[in-house]
Amino acid sequence: MTEVNPNPNPNHNGIVASDWIEQAQAAALLRYPVIAGRGPSFSVIEEFNKWRQQADLAEAVAAIRALAAVIRASEARTMMELEIELKKASATLKSWDTTSISLRAGCDLFMRYVTRTSALESEDFNTAKSRVLGRAEKFGEISYKARKIIAVLSQDFIFDGCTILVHGFSRVVLEILKTATQNKKLFRVLCTEGRPDKTGVLLAKELAKLDVPVKLLIDSAVAYSMDEVDMVIVGADGVVESGGVINMMGTYQIALLAHSMNKPVYVAAESYKFARLYPLDQKDLAPALRPIDFGVHVPPKIEVERSARDYTPPQYLTMLFTDLGVLTPSVVSDELIQLYL
Amino acid sequence: MESRRNPRAVVDPKVRQVGFFTSSQPDSTHQPDPIASESHPVVSRNSLSPVMIPPPRHNSSDTFPLRAASAVSPSSFSYSTRRDFPDGSTTAASPGRVSRGSFSKPSSSSLPGVGMDSMAAAKSSSVPASGLTTVSVVVNMPPGLSEKESDQKKNSKPLKEKTTKAERRALQEAQRAAKAAAKAEGGKAPLVSSGSVASTNVKAAKPAKPSSQKNDVAVAAAAGPSEKKGGQTEKDRKKDAPHPRMQYDDESRVVKAKRRAVVKQTEAKNRVELFRHLPQYEHGTQLPDLETKFFQLDPMHPAVYKVGLQYLSGDISGGNARCIAMLQAFQEVVKDYSTPSEKTLNRDMTAKISSYVSFLIECRPLSVSMGNAIRFVKNRIAKLPITLSESEAKAALQSDIERFINEKIIMADTVIVKHAVTKIRDGDVLLTYGSPTAVEMVLLHAHELGKKFRVLVVDSRPKLEGQLLLRRLIKRGINCTYTHINAISYIMHEVTKVFLGASSVLSNGTVYSRVGTACVAMVASAFRVPVLVCCEAYKFHERVQLDSICSNELGDPNAISKVHGREDINYLDGLTNNANLQFLNLMYDATPSDYISMIITDYGMVPPTSVPVIVREYQKEHMLV
Repeated sequence: MTEVNPNPNPNHNGIVASDWIEQAQAAALLRYPVIAGRGPSFSVIEEFNKWRQQADLAEAVAAIRALAAVIRASEARTMMELEIELKKASATLKSWDTTSISLRAGCDLFMRYVTRTSALESEDFNTAKSRVLGRAEKFGEISYKARKIIAVLSQDFIFDGCTILVHGFSRVVLEILKTATQNKKLFRVLCTEGRPDKTGVLLAKELAKLDVPVKLLIDSAVAYSMDEVDMVIVGADGVVESGGVINMMGTYQIALLAHSMNKPVYVAAESYKFARLYPLDQKDLAPALRPIDFGVHVPPKIEVERSARDYTPPQYLTMLFTDLGVLTPSVVSDELIQLYL
Repeated sequence: MESRRNPRAVVDPKVRQVGFFTSSQPDSTHQPDPIASESHPVVSRNSLSPVMIPPPRHNSSDTFPLRAASAVSPSSFSYSTRRDFPDGSTTAASPGRVSRGSFSKPSSSSLPGVGMDSMAAAKSSSVPASGLTTVSVVVNMPPGLSEKESDQKKNSKPLKEKTTKAERRALQEAQRAAKAAAKAEGGKAPLVSSGSVASTNVKAAKPAKPSSQKNDVAVAAAAGPSEKKGGQTEKDRKKDAPHPRMQYDDESRVVKAKRRAVVKQTEAKNRVELFRHLPQYEHGTQLPDLETKFFQLDPMHPAVYKVGLQYLSGDISGGNARCIAMLQAFQEVVKDYSTPSEKTLNRDMTAKISSYVSFLIECRPLSVSMGNAIRFVKNRIAKLPITLSESEAKAALQSDIERFINEKIIMADTVIVKHAVTKIRDGDVLLTYGSPTAVEMVLLHAHELGKKFRVLVVDSRPKLEGQLLLRRLIKRGINCTYTHINAISYIMHEVTKVFLGASSVLSNGTVYSRVGTACVAMVASAFRVPVLVCCEAYKFHERVQLDSICSNELGDPNAISKVHGREDINYLDGLTNNANLQFLNLMYDATPSDYISMIITDYGMVPPTSVPVIVREYQKEHMLV
């Protein structure tokens, strides 16, 4: 099958009849080709990379698009085979970056969403496959547009003259603020430095381009400035089943501070980031370590906490802005149950 | 109605009488001297006008159950005595006793000082006696009082006709008391159920003020109905306890239920006011009685009977075990079933199952797991297609029940174990309370997987279930510590996770489980230790409960007063019949969802807020199944 394998034109939607017949004939000759190292899995990564080249596309969305392409290009004859192919492709994608929660969550959700169609068995394979493909495309579209939807939904929460504290460089949050400026709202932003990635500085630059008044803070100055803040908006690497979020290191601190000072904390997260994890405490997460540069030499016998993420429990979060709507943290589990049941 | 005008002052100091009480002269039921010494009543008797509310006169001796029998004066009623009134009052076993301020007359209730009231309220006897008894009755009346009551009854002159009834009643009560006294050795109060039953029958009865446990004086209700009830009392007493979900202070339903019961229940003494709506524990005396009837109960299937006895004796306990035992008994029932002529299988089988369920309820109130399983079985029976032959239907049912047991209980447990072991890390110190089956499986499996952890088993009296768990864990070589629930705040600082089991999880995320669980969860939460509850999804229920009072189960009060194996701890021996002392042995409590970190079910790990979603999905599945 590998030779005949196609994925000839990843961008064409639907199988052209002649291609199909060719593939069917080839398939008839070869029985049960070796799956490992086969065309499709290889092309999944290519596909993925191709999508990622698009500016500003989230990894998870690129992965979802790639998986949709796998379905399109698949030569499976039965649903089971198709599912197996998808699983392989998904595993390959996940291994590309093992620490990324959103990538993993996106792939898992895609699998559930797509294979959850009912009455698949009773139809002939092609109808079923095209239905599956339709769902896959739809899921891809939703994920792609998720940012815009979230930006629109969150406009009501930003009022004139408000001060927003942001942490970490989230493209969703940037989208929200961009849309707010487009709607002619007047607000100012306090931006944390975001060591060790210096993401805060990058975000501040972007905001400055939009003519939004920005003030940069070092991470330790958050409590000091919390009085003048009206709300905190952060993005998320993943939203876990309890309703809490996993985000850049420092989010937990800020959420705790905001909660104790009665400031609302909003999390902007696309729905494909809902993961089936349930951490009980900080150490329950899979570690994601990043090197930290302190600027001065640190002798090796001094231990450095290099974790790049922390977990914020749901009781410190006020609302989640998602493409499914503005939700309370407890809804995450409801959505996941409905999808996984 | 001259009785109505009888001022009978109620002397019960514990009762706050509100409302219009007719002062009614103190009854003719003069107490014998001792009572008289007590005082009270006479004085106030004549001084009150009908609508005056006299200040309560407190006489220590005044708190006695009202003996309705004697003169129930039709005076104002104020509160009806609740039926819970212990029968003590009715047992007129020892005639000579001085009634301690028994209040025989109803009207007197208004007169606090009046010793005699026709308390009967509490007891059925009181009810009848005093159509309008106002006297409140002490719920826990020591048996001795009953005698007084009978005395009083005899003494009530003013109401001629009532007297006769009262006399009859006194006689009945005397007999009953004698019988009860004989049975009393068991530590069960020899209470004639009449009291409570009767009182429940009092229509006009107004709920007695739930004066804390001390004071259980309820005011008898209207005399009229009570008189009638008096006659019924005996019959009612023979009836069995009503459906557990029923509120036991709803008289008419108690009566109805009693008519249908198989198991004879005796009245419990020393009821706690706040928990009167729950079925009182009376099981201790049932077992021998039921055992002898094993071969005589035609309508009852032997398998069901056996299971019922096992519940009664406590051999089978724990949500899963009880449910499985019951379902297996039902499988036997189905196997041996044959449709009677002119009846359809669906309806007849459902009726049979319902009757068996009532029997099981009499043995021990249903747990939520059993309730859900019964609903499932009835649902399956109802859905049987009419076209099936009898043997096919029976086979289908049996396999359905088998499937339920396998999928919802046994396999669910394996899924729970699979999820829960991912949360156990090396070096963990896990705390558990009681003996939950799901948690035990988790710990054993984690140990098999080679994880290094140690377990802290917390236990509590009177059941001491933790010891069973402890034995099983130690046998497998798990490192354990054992402590009593009093020490949880002492050891909680070294605990990393708490695993709890549940009898049920309710819709608002409240966990309903063995009493003491709430304490453990709250202390853990205060120490910021995560609390994980392991519960199969079939135990979820859509009801909502905010406290541990409105729905619970009462256990054996004697288990509290005695310590097994320590005969030297007998400080409470003489006090079991004291009116001022009630024993409360609750079986369950409700833990609010704020203290729970996660619930592990066969649907995965969910936060407590997602329980209604699962309940909804679960019902749907049932409909489709």
